[in-house]
Amino acid sequence: MTDYLLLLVGTVLVNNFVLVKFLGLCPFMGVSSRVETAIGMSFATTFVMTLASLLSYLVNSYILAPLGLEYLITMAFILVIAVVVQFTEVVVHKTSASLYRTLGIFLPLITTNCAVLGVALLNFYQQHNFFESIIYGFGAAVGFSLVLIMFSAMREKLANADVPTPFKGPAIAMITAGLMSLAFMGFTGLVKF
Amino acid sequence: MSSIISRIKKGQWWKFHGGIHPPQQKHFTYNKPIRNIAMPEELILPLKQHIGQKGELIVSVGDKVLKGQPLTQSHHPMAVPIHAPTSGTVKAIHDAPVAHPSGFNEPCLFLEPDGNDTWKKRVLCENYQQLSHQAIIDKIANAGIAGMGGAGFPSHIKLNTKPEIEFLIINGAECEPYITADDLLMREHCNTIVEGIKILDYILKPQHILIAIEDNKPEAIKAIQQASANENNIQVCVIPTKYPTGGEKQLIKTLTGQEVPHGALPNSLGIVMQNVATCFAIAEAVIDDIPLIRRVVTVTGKAVEKPQNVWALLGTPVKHLLTQCQYQPQPKEHLIMGGPMMGFSLPNSYVGIIKTTNCILAPTAKEIPNEDNEVECIRCGQCADVCPSQLLPQELQWHAKAKNYDQLTKYNLFDCIECGACAYVCPSQIPLVYYYRIAKAEIRYQQQQELKAEKAKARFEARKKRLALEKIKREEKHRKAAEARRAAMNSNSAEAQSAKSAVAAALARAKAKKAQTAEQQESSKSQENIVEKNTSDKKSAVAAAIARAKAKKSKTAPKVEEVVEKTNKPAKAAATQQEAVPAVDSKKAQVAAAIARAKAKKETQNKTTKTTKTTKADQTKSSNTTTAKPDATKATKTVTKKTAEKQKATSKKTQSKAKPAASTTKKVTAKAKAAPKRTTANQKVTKDTKTNDNEKTNNIAVTSAENAEIKAQKIKAAVAKAKAKKAAETNDANNQNTQESDKKQRIAAAIAKAKAKKQQLNQQQQEST
Amino acid sequence: MTIVLAILVLGGISLLFGALLGYAAVKFKVEADPLVDQLDALLPQTQCGQCGYPGCKPYAEAIANGEAINKCAPGGEDTIKKIADLMGVDVQPLDESHAEDNSPKVAFIIEEDCIGCTKCIQACPVDAIIGAAKQMHTIIADECTGCDLCVAPCPVDCIKMIPIKQTTQNWQWHLNRIAITEIHDDENLDDSNKHQDNNKVKAS
Repeated sequence: MTDYLLLLVGTVLVNNFVLVKFLGLCPFMGVSSRVETAIGMSFATTFVMTLASLLSYLVNSYILAPLGLEYLITMAFILVIAVVVQFTEVVVHKTSASLYRTLGIFLPLITTNCAVLGVALLNFYQQHNFFESIIYGFGAAVGFSLVLIMFSAMREKLANADVPTPFKGPAIAMITAGLMSLAFMGFTGLVKF
Repeated sequence: MSSIISRIKKGQWWKFHGGIHPPQQKHFTYNKPIRNIAMPEELILPLKQHIGQKGELIVSVGDKVLKGQPLTQSHHPMAVPIHAPTSGTVKAIHDAPVAHPSGFNEPCLFLEPDGNDTWKKRVLCENYQQLSHQAIIDKIANAGIAGMGGAGFPSHIKLNTKPEIEFLIINGAECEPYITADDLLMREHCNTIVEGIKILDYILKPQHILIAIEDNKPEAIKAIQQASANENNIQVCVIPTKYPTGGEKQLIKTLTGQEVPHGALPNSLGIVMQNVATCFAIAEAVIDDIPLIRRVVTVTGKAVEKPQNVWALLGTPVKHLLTQCQYQPQPKEHLIMGGPMMGFSLPNSYVGIIKTTNCILAPTAKEIPNEDNEVECIRCGQCADVCPSQLLPQELQWHAKAKNYDQLTKYNLFDCIECGACAYVCPSQIPLVYYYRIAKAEIRYQQQQELKAEKAKARFEARKKRLALEKIKREEKHRKAAEARRAAMNSNSAEAQSAKSAVAAALARAKAKKAQTAEQQESSKSQENIVEKNTSDKKSAVAAAIARAKAKKSKTAPKVEEVVEKTNKPAKAAATQQEAVPAVDSKKAQVAAAIARAKAKKETQNKTTKTTKTTKADQTKSSNTTTAKPDATKATKTVTKKTAEKQKATSKKTQSKAKPAASTTKKVTAKAKAAPKRTTANQKVTKDTKTNDNEKTNNIAVTSAENAEIKAQKIKAAVAKAKAKKAAETNDANNQNTQESDKKQRIAAAIAKAKAKKQQLNQQQQEST
Repeated sequence: MTIVLAILVLGGISLLFGALLGYAAVKFKVEADPLVDQLDALLPQTQCGQCGYPGCKPYAEAIANGEAINKCAPGGEDTIKKIADLMGVDVQPLDESHAEDNSPKVAFIIEEDCIGCTKCIQACPVDAIIGAAKQMHTIIADECTGCDLCVAPCPVDCIKMIPIKQTTQNWQWHLNRIAITEIHDDENLDDSNKHQDNNKVKAS
């Protein structure tokens, strides 16, 4: 039990996918201009990541591994992720048209989110079992959501603040992300495993 | 509920969030009685001194009015009348600057006092308890009483409430620095105030009456306590001094612990609040029949040598008040109407005081600096600590500066009471309330625009529907008409036959025309053919126009003889030009005719632009028609001359036909002309088709020429007739037709004016390019 | 052999997931989203045609099909910003081809010159003109959107566009635009006696 807890904490804080592993930066920068969009995006990504890591584990252990086709994991996982994202898109479109509209192109772009593929592959390379895969995927998503929402709140404030002209826009956003990353690296050593 | 009362009785108050303790600065005026001042030379009374609508004037310039006489009235619930503060003459009524931060002009009444101060007849009320509630409320409304605490809400509306009233709160807090008007009023007129409270008690029948006074006014507290000692349900509440305790929502929270929710009014909680000065005015109005014509104003500030509370008549110019209190002019004049926190700077000191003016503050530059030292927000958060409405002024400031109106509404900008506490504490000296006011105005404007856009959209959609419906109806009508026509044609009646033959004749005519033009195309240039076509078309068009003009001419104005002569001159010139041209070919003559016609038209138009409107109208109108006629006649004359050589016999025939035609009345000639033209053409065509098919083309050509001849002859006859008639009618026309023609003249004048304008514009454009 | 197996496996997975997706697409089918309606709701509904389209709805449809978003003159910068948010494109400045002065205006018919031709009534997109043939025409000021489509058809040029007057009711707190009166007659005064410039703050 504690293993799973440690795994979760480690994935959310210590080895945060965005700020420490530097995966999934594209939606991180792209969707974080408003807090509402960020919250919507984090829900969608959590759903995708958890489901994708679950399904990719299943595909790998029950289809690819028995047939000795591990070298196909990249393709297979991409396939799985694409399907999950498409499914998520259809569901989001049905349930919340406004969220669908605000997320716009970034919803299907979750497919290309390297954090999702990264989770799936890391699950494979670190040879997690079923539950560990789910928790790993979920933890990665929670970490991503946490950072995304925090960053979007900061960006909203930055939008109104008096930023010097050379720094306006993406520049100050990058600097802020870098500072956040520095801050999160302070979690190193929190969990030993 | 009982817990609230018990707490109130014990003097255990609630606290509202935030609030500040600015220096009270009441020592300037606190220990001097209310003074009466000299009458000003002029009273400037804005017609609207409250929230709502202004009433309609019932006096006019030059009227003599008595003191207390109503000057406006209205039956609109949100309208409150104004009264003459003294007897005198109404000097003027026009727009003038009013006591508003914008400095805009609003309708004002200027009253010149006559010095006698004569009252109007007043009816004292012995026992108001014998009157009905509505009667008392009407008295209050007719006395022009609006909230005198600063908002100016019509009092009779506040008192006209349905729900059960639990608390009637009398606001004697006066929390703003410098102002001592209510303090002095309570000290000097406590009995009248308590009378006013009793009247309100009678109307509203609240369960409890609370009089709230801040603890920095010990004399006022004592006075009111003594005055209300005999009343059971009046409770004098001494509350701690804090700004802005006197705000409606804040005072309710302090006294009863209840919070008025966003967007709701206190009377939804069963609470009504009135200012002490309003109670005083209500008492005077109901008992002594004295309308609201004066109020206590605190004139204070270091720039005033003798700061004091004064009884000021409404409409007293601020300048007069300042002079009475020995105001010292400052290098940079800075006058504030109201207190230092919620008042506004007066753009103009010659404005009249209004019902809500409780203070005129004239500070020196050191006392209240008027500089702009605003710097960036340092996000200290002090503003949020002091906001009495529990808002986040810092967030509001960021969004207001970024014009983020959605976020502003989300952060409840409209709950801001504009007390100024946040701006007071801001270390960066940011004028926060100013930004909020701008943002509020902008949001309100946007909301109005949205409503407008929706309305416009609805109207647009309705219009589209209407046009679509009309189109369908029209098409339906056409379809039915077509069907009816077809049905009529296909039936075997005589009319059907004639109609059919008419159609056939028309078709034949068209064919003949085509053949003629085809023939001429073979032997001449293309341009001339086009001109030929145009002229022949023009001729028929001209003839038709002439027929129409004739029909109208029975109604046109005189002076056409001159015009006819004038137009005949250029026409004649044109004709002579034409005749001079050695035109052997008929086409060339027709071309020349067309050109001449155009020239003549231009000349007459130029001539008419120089003359006067009426004559212009007649001239242009008749000139157009008459130029057409003479030109046509001239043109066709040449044609007929050429062709007459060939067809003299037939022309004689048509002449004879034309004569009887011309002898009938004008209208009939118009019709007859049209008809015989067609029928003769018809007969000719049918004759030809019946007789000689080989010579068809020739005959058709002949007939077309004959038609032209016929028309020409007819035109000639008609012109002559017209001339004759006009000569006879010039005298009559003046008398008979002026009325009918007047309208037409004006219409024609307008059109001519517009045409002239357009011509000018065209000329200018041509010159510029 | 393994290659064929690989292809088969992947193909099988794809088919399975494809079927799943197809089922999901049918089950969660959504009606065509009214993007055009949303765009139309952002436009100011003056139906003036300055954008080049006959009304606001046609322009909304055009935007949905990729037309530039910076053509609405009465909407101004605010509308462009909102449309940019909605469409996910960048904000562009207003097209320079439009008139400089876009302050809100209302049409006004000079009644002495009106000839009752009804041409303006036919032109008004929101039916804000009352009148009939040969009867006096007048404009309902509350309904007029200031699109000035009625000015051109009038044959006697009797329609004027007048700016909406600012009163104390619709004043927007532009303190720095209050007229300044200067008094020079007093020697004791250092500067000219400016009554205004109070709350001299950064104008917005």
